[in-house]
Amino acid sequence: MDTGIDPATGVQALFFYLFSGVLLGSGFMVIAARNPVHSVLFLILSFVNAAGLFMLLGAEFLALILIVVYVGAVAVLFLFVVMMLDVDFAALRQGFLTYLPVGSVVAVVLVSELLVVLGGLGFSPTVEVTPNAPAPEPGEVSNTVALGRLLYTRFVYFFQVAGLILLVAMVGAIVLTLRHKEGVKRQSIAAQVARTPATAIEVRRVEPGRGI
Amino acid sequence: MTGFDLTLILPEILLGGGVLVLLLIGVFGGEKATQAVTISTLAFLAAAAVGVLGLPGPATTFDGAFVVDPFARLMKLLVLTGSAIALIMSVSHARRERFERFEYPLLILSATLGMMMMISANDLISLYVGLELQSLSIYVLAAIQRDSVRSTEAGLKYFVLGALASGMLLYGASLIYGFTGQTSFQAIAAAMADGEPGIGLVFGVVFLLAGLAFKVAAVPFHMWTPDVYEGAPTPVTAFLAAAPKIAAMALLARVTMDALAPIGLEWRQIVVFLAIGSMVLGAFAAIGQSNIKRLMAYSSIGHVGYALVGLAAGTQVGLQGVIIYLIIYMAMTLGAFAVILSMRRHNVALENIEDLAGLSRTNPTMAFVLAMIMFSLAGIPPLAGFFGKFFVFMAAIEAGLFVLAVIGVLASVVGAYYYLRIVKVMYFDEPVAAFDRTPSELRAVMLLSGAFTLLFIVFAGPVSQVAQAAAQTFF
Repeated sequence: MDTGIDPATGVQALFFYLFSGVLLGSGFMVIAARNPVHSVLFLILSFVNAAGLFMLLGAEFLALILIVVYVGAVAVLFLFVVMMLDVDFAALRQGFLTYLPVGSVVAVVLVSELLVVLGGLGFSPTVEVTPNAPAPEPGEVSNTVALGRLLYTRFVYFFQVAGLILLVAMVGAIVLTLRHKEGVKRQSIAAQVARTPATAIEVRRVEPGRGI
Repeated sequence: MTGFDLTLILPEILLGGGVLVLLLIGVFGGEKATQAVTISTLAFLAAAAVGVLGLPGPATTFDGAFVVDPFARLMKLLVLTGSAIALIMSVSHARRERFERFEYPLLILSATLGMMMMISANDLISLYVGLELQSLSIYVLAAIQRDSVRSTEAGLKYFVLGALASGMLLYGASLIYGFTGQTSFQAIAAAMADGEPGIGLVFGVVFLLAGLAFKVAAVPFHMWTPDVYEGAPTPVTAFLAAAPKIAAMALLARVTMDALAPIGLEWRQIVVFLAIGSMVLGAFAAIGQSNIKRLMAYSSIGHVGYALVGLAAGTQVGLQGVIIYLIIYMAMTLGAFAVILSMRRHNVALENIEDLAGLSRTNPTMAFVLAMIMFSLAGIPPLAGFFGKFFVFMAAIEAGLFVLAVIGVLASVVGAYYYLRIVKVMYFDEPVAAFDRTPSELRAVMLLSGAFTLLFIVFAGPVSQVAQAAAQTFF
């Protein structure tokens, strides 16, 4: 999305700093908030701001997917879990200080490894010469179209197998958890619809001033 | 963008369509449909095998993501055979242990589909999706006896550790993609051939190999194996020991021989380490086991080590050895599990080695077959297992890996102890009561496997020719 303006200036810059600032702030609040429900709400706020950042980059498909999938489904699921399961978050946090030294050692090791790998050597020059899938010119197609073109042509095999994996996951969840309990009354719509007035209603003559 | 040849993936389309159709039949037919689904699953596996036989020569489709070559064809046939036999062996056990549900054959079918995709994977993405399809099905299979604590524990353990391994594999794949800009195996090899591989690339390769080593249960990524093998229902264990291991070894061979060919020195070091660790641990850790399923788990770790010896050689002879080893291993393992599945007394499944005591007097045929399989697993000539070891050790020596070959021979001497202990228990201990009658399908598998191990020397020539033709794919 080349607008001809330097992205670091003007309205774009303003929105960039707005979104990033709120994103960082709410991201911090996710782990700092005492009430887990507030954590989830801050998580939603950070998702929305991240979506705004994607919008600024011209990746409108990712922005919308982030809202639909993460806010619409994942965060709501989190809310359900937080509200329905009685998780004692205070107890979960108790070990925090005891494990802090070990945790920070692991973190330092990981960060230094990343620095060694990424900082010291840089990427191979072939990456720029031989990109796996050349991106189309942003002006020509919207990125929803561009993604769709790739997914349903070149990557159709992966796309279909990913669908199969999701199917197997669903079958697996049902196999392992669904139980048909004996003696549970279930709704049978066919039986309900098939009822006639003769079986459904009983007409009684009620004398005034008396009960049945 | 050429080549979207659907005929190349015809067997996979058949299996995928089979999963969908049988799912519908199962859902609408309920419990009554289980037998029909099992039989149709076998029919689909057989049809896919016929399809694999009819596949055209070396070709790729989906822009190089999926490859069909002699190696893939042979490995797919092996996997289909292994899955079908494991499914046949499970029928009577599933009925008696009450997990006879239509999802069971269905998940075996989807796992087999995943394995076929792994074998034909020629791209980091197709590698991953195939692997996940296979793993996810097997996590569920391991826990399918959901009222048994051991089975659910096995499923959960496998799932958590498997997810971790998938994460490592993905991390490695992303590093490789980041440093080469490619996901196709040939393109990765071409990008690597340009110059000295950077440390980041080697990091990626290590992570990728670690993820794959988990799937074949090579030391030090073997921790899950004994618990999962012991906890999962026995037919699932038989399936787990036979088919997925072959697919994962085939994938490992393709990744190392194709994508990582230019950095042979680097990956061979890793494979040598995995091989030594697996052979030694497989030999020593099995000694103290009293549960025969756990023993088979350690035995499988050891055998993966021997197969990796052939891979470590990195030559055509080495790969040929790996293929022969896998064929023999699968035949022996299925036979051994047919015997383990027959170990029932008063309709209770037994899993301890002592339960085999005096089997030579109560059931001489079964005792003889199991003794032959144990001798073969130990690698005693002229049985099948000896030839498997012979080929991989020869390849290692030709490639100059003398230390590796010596350690391998020593480990197989140690390993012979616990295989022979089973023979001793069967032939020299006081008999306990006889087992229940063996179902005929188990007896058939037992006899086939026994005949294969005994008579391998007769058809060693044709088998090694087939393996050679398959190994030539990469050279």
